[in-house]
Amino acid sequence: MEKILELRELKKHYPILGGVLRREVNSVKALDGVDLDIYRGECLGVVGESGCGKTTAGKTIIRLHDPTSGMVYYYRKDKGPEVRIDIGSKKGSTLKKLGIRGKLQMVFQDPTTSLDPRMLVKHIIAEPIKEQVSLGGRELEHRVVRLLGLVGLTRDHLLRYPHEFSGGQRQRIAVARAIATDPEFIVLDEPTSALDVSVQSQILNLLKSLQETLNLTYLFVTHHLLVVKYMSHRTAVMYLGKIVEIARTEDIFSQSAHPYTHALLSGIPVPDVEHKQRRIVLSGDVPSPVNPPPGCRFHPRCPFTVDRCRDEEPPLEGVEAAHKAACHRKSEVEKLVRDRFGTHAQ
Amino acid sequence: MMTQEHPRLRELRFTLQRIFRNPSAIIGFTLLIFFVGVALFAPQIAPPKYAHNPYLMPHKGYSPTPKPPGKGQIFGTTSGQYDIFYGAVWGTRIAFKIGLFVVGIAAFVGVTLGAVSGYYGGIIDEVLMRVTDVMWAVPTLVLAMAIVVAFGRGLDKIMIALAMVQWRWYVRVIRSEILTLRDQDFVQAAKIMGVSDAKIILRHILPNAIYPVLIMASMDMGSMVITASFMSFVGLGAPRGYSDWGQMVALARNYIVGPPDDPLRFWYTIVIPGGCIVLFVLAWNLIGDALRDAFDPKIRRR
Amino acid sequence: MTTLLETVDLVTNFYTYEGVVKALNKVSLVVDHGSTFGLVGESGCGKSVTARSIMRIVQEPGRIEGGKVIVYLDEKNRQAGVDLLQQSEVYVEGLRGDQISMIFQEPNAALNPTMSIGDQVSESFLFHQKKEMCAKILEDLYALECRVFYPLKKFQQAVYRLAARDPEALALKILDRLPIVRLWRKRLKKEAKRRSIEIVGKLGIPYPEQIVEQYPHNLSGGMKQRIVIAIALACSPILLIADEATSNLDVTIQAQILELLRRLKKEVISSILLITHDLGVVAETCDRVGVMYAGNLVEVADVKDLFIKSLHPYTKALLEAVPKLSMEGTLKSIEGNVPNLVTPPPGCRFHPRCPHAMEICRKEAPDLIEIEGNHTVACHLF
Repeated sequence: MEKILELRELKKHYPILGGVLRREVNSVKALDGVDLDIYRGECLGVVGESGCGKTTAGKTIIRLHDPTSGMVYYYRKDKGPEVRIDIGSKKGSTLKKLGIRGKLQMVFQDPTTSLDPRMLVKHIIAEPIKEQVSLGGRELEHRVVRLLGLVGLTRDHLLRYPHEFSGGQRQRIAVARAIATDPEFIVLDEPTSALDVSVQSQILNLLKSLQETLNLTYLFVTHHLLVVKYMSHRTAVMYLGKIVEIARTEDIFSQSAHPYTHALLSGIPVPDVEHKQRRIVLSGDVPSPVNPPPGCRFHPRCPFTVDRCRDEEPPLEGVEAAHKAACHRKSEVEKLVRDRFGTHAQ
Repeated sequence: MMTQEHPRLRELRFTLQRIFRNPSAIIGFTLLIFFVGVALFAPQIAPPKYAHNPYLMPHKGYSPTPKPPGKGQIFGTTSGQYDIFYGAVWGTRIAFKIGLFVVGIAAFVGVTLGAVSGYYGGIIDEVLMRVTDVMWAVPTLVLAMAIVVAFGRGLDKIMIALAMVQWRWYVRVIRSEILTLRDQDFVQAAKIMGVSDAKIILRHILPNAIYPVLIMASMDMGSMVITASFMSFVGLGAPRGYSDWGQMVALARNYIVGPPDDPLRFWYTIVIPGGCIVLFVLAWNLIGDALRDAFDPKIRRR
Repeated sequence: MTTLLETVDLVTNFYTYEGVVKALNKVSLVVDHGSTFGLVGESGCGKSVTARSIMRIVQEPGRIEGGKVIVYLDEKNRQAGVDLLQQSEVYVEGLRGDQISMIFQEPNAALNPTMSIGDQVSESFLFHQKKEMCAKILEDLYALECRVFYPLKKFQQAVYRLAARDPEALALKILDRLPIVRLWRKRLKKEAKRRSIEIVGKLGIPYPEQIVEQYPHNLSGGMKQRIVIAIALACSPILLIADEATSNLDVTIQAQILELLRRLKKEVISSILLITHDLGVVAETCDRVGVMYAGNLVEVADVKDLFIKSLHPYTKALLEAVPKLSMEGTLKSIEGNVPNLVTPPPGCRFHPRCPHAMEICRKEAPDLIEIEGNHTVACHLF
């Protein structure tokens, strides 16, 4: 598999200003050293609770935010041989000149706010195309209609305002806008959590089929684990600005090696009355990312804390080749969970 | 869909419908149309006597005692025998001049500064907002007096003085609007597409932020006329004999109360120019209110 | 099991600019004593409006146009049902927060940011349980270990005796106007505070004494939702209505709150009406489920029956549209969109999206009919 993006020690800290002179007194460590490889054509799910930095990760990768430190490498293939470009340190205008801007796109959570309420659908979708190439009116319209067709809308919808659509249709428009520039990589930031259950599956299936036909790479950010299971090939679990576990999705669900992943999995309310599962209820809340706990960040809530967890931060290391976890006791977690909470029902 | 009407037209029609469902809007717009008509057809309604300066009120004689409405002068004459009817008609033009000039300049300057300051934030915002804060410390009346002392009396000086202080309101309004819009997803989406900052402001932010400004501008149209009238009344604005409503009230200030046996004898000298001011301001305020209702995002359809 | 709450043909309309939104179209549901009733549906299906109509707190421009909301507060006496829609506002106000409590999705909106947590919880006690608290204080005053200056004690006993009998008495109102005498209330406030600490502690919040001194902004989302629950539970209500109470919370926090609700149902409250869009939450917490679609109740069943042998095409489609843990292949989806309730489709409101739509579905709205023991469905197929 070839990489499309590579993150090295990526950090994003939001400064907290204080005092009379508005000097930086502390910072919110939204992303605190993330290493991640994203491969071409995959869908990488990123899960975690609110405030764990998953959305920040998505926005920093596509350079909506400037990283505080660290590297974002983009492997570029469309023009000649593959070259590695560090897009983390480049300015937005440079990215646009290099033609990378259009290759990295994003779909936002709530289509009511991500579409300009005063623009017609036609202009919304045409806007990114116009930024890339200059096309004549007829050709532009032709392309917009083709994009609408790809997401399951028709020519009739061209001359309407976003508020005339239902939530699901609006999200389709947002998807059409994201794929308008022939991107290679799209960050999907909770694309279905503002939608209804019956519409959610429409959008998920649409995204899946688009990935196949357009050969896209997705970073699927969500808090909904069942959606991740449906969508992604690999899954990364984040906690307080760090990746605590990353593996193939099946492995995450069947043999996770981090207690937090176990807790997350057991916390999902399952729409299934036949298999009730034992639940690990964590105590307390997610600590503030301003002052993350020393040692392992999860230790204050972890049911299996040992002394080592309080002092030493565990590295993200392989359990197997494609399965990494950041836990000192990763080899025994499975057993610990079974002993304490009973079998992890699947 | 039976008839494919252009969506912008449909939207406009919808907004107009919303506006005119409100009775106060109907009153406001009727008054406004009346005033616009009077201003447009002023030369036909009251033919000017002095071609070089139609804004000077004609007067027959110099007697300080006002004359009641009657033949020749429909609304009577005020102190100095100035024709009230003529003044009321041409005063409409002056009122529009004041309102449009002051509000136009203030809104343009305010919106530009506010947009830049709100969108870029950081040091630019800091500097611009401190400059605005300094402007907030300038009292309108003192500024007007200073300008009048330096450059001489005249309505144009008052208009400049008002425009110089009025923009600070717009800066605040538009900046706070933009601060909320700046982090909206659709602006972020435009950034990802590589749309330039100027285009983002013009195409995405201003169209969404402009409504409070419109409402405020409409309210200001009225209140600027009041302020200018006040300036004229205290003797800073229009010179004597100029067809400005404030100046006409100033002319009549000795006749607000008539002789003891008939206190209302000279009512027309006050009520007519005063009533014009009141109706003009009322018209704009009603329109402003109606716009506010119509643009209220809470009741705007989804 | 006996009925606690029953709505009969509840109709609520919203008068908006675009026309009349028929949000509830004859909703009839029954909540039993001691059960958890789940109301599921997509946004705009009328589940929240149902709850608000029951509590009579429908927001403008909504109006309850017809039907009945009958509560049987007394479990024994079947005749003592009260139609809330016929009662005065004062009566319902006394009921709200006392016998029937409600918690909302957004804890931030439910808590006053300028009042301490303790004051907000106490307020509920002071509003609803004055009599009981006065009686308790009176007992304490008679107790031997209570050391108060004797005449003062005598006076306070008299006041509290009066307050325990009638908290709205004129004499008390006069006393409240007098500067120093007014201090008799201090004990009442103290008692309310004591009770708040007790209830906050009961909800599994560590260090309740410190928490009650805090302000809402000091607490996390999950904690705030617990405080909201504490306020709702302050007067041990018979029915708790939870409107999307866990939707905004994270998975691990949601697990905590659901666990808490389950425990509370066993110990404190008798029934819960749980409103949610999450079928998972329903499967885990409810005994009975009602599925709503476009202002209609389309299916009501015990939770097992609903998930295993659902009857209504909408329920079936909805269950197939959610991703599950043990799932292969692609998700099915329901074509089309939720209808606009200003002009709902004629006949069965689901027919434009229904795979089994027949001629009759387009013309006639189906009634809720009982298929087998306690499983009712509104569909022409049955």
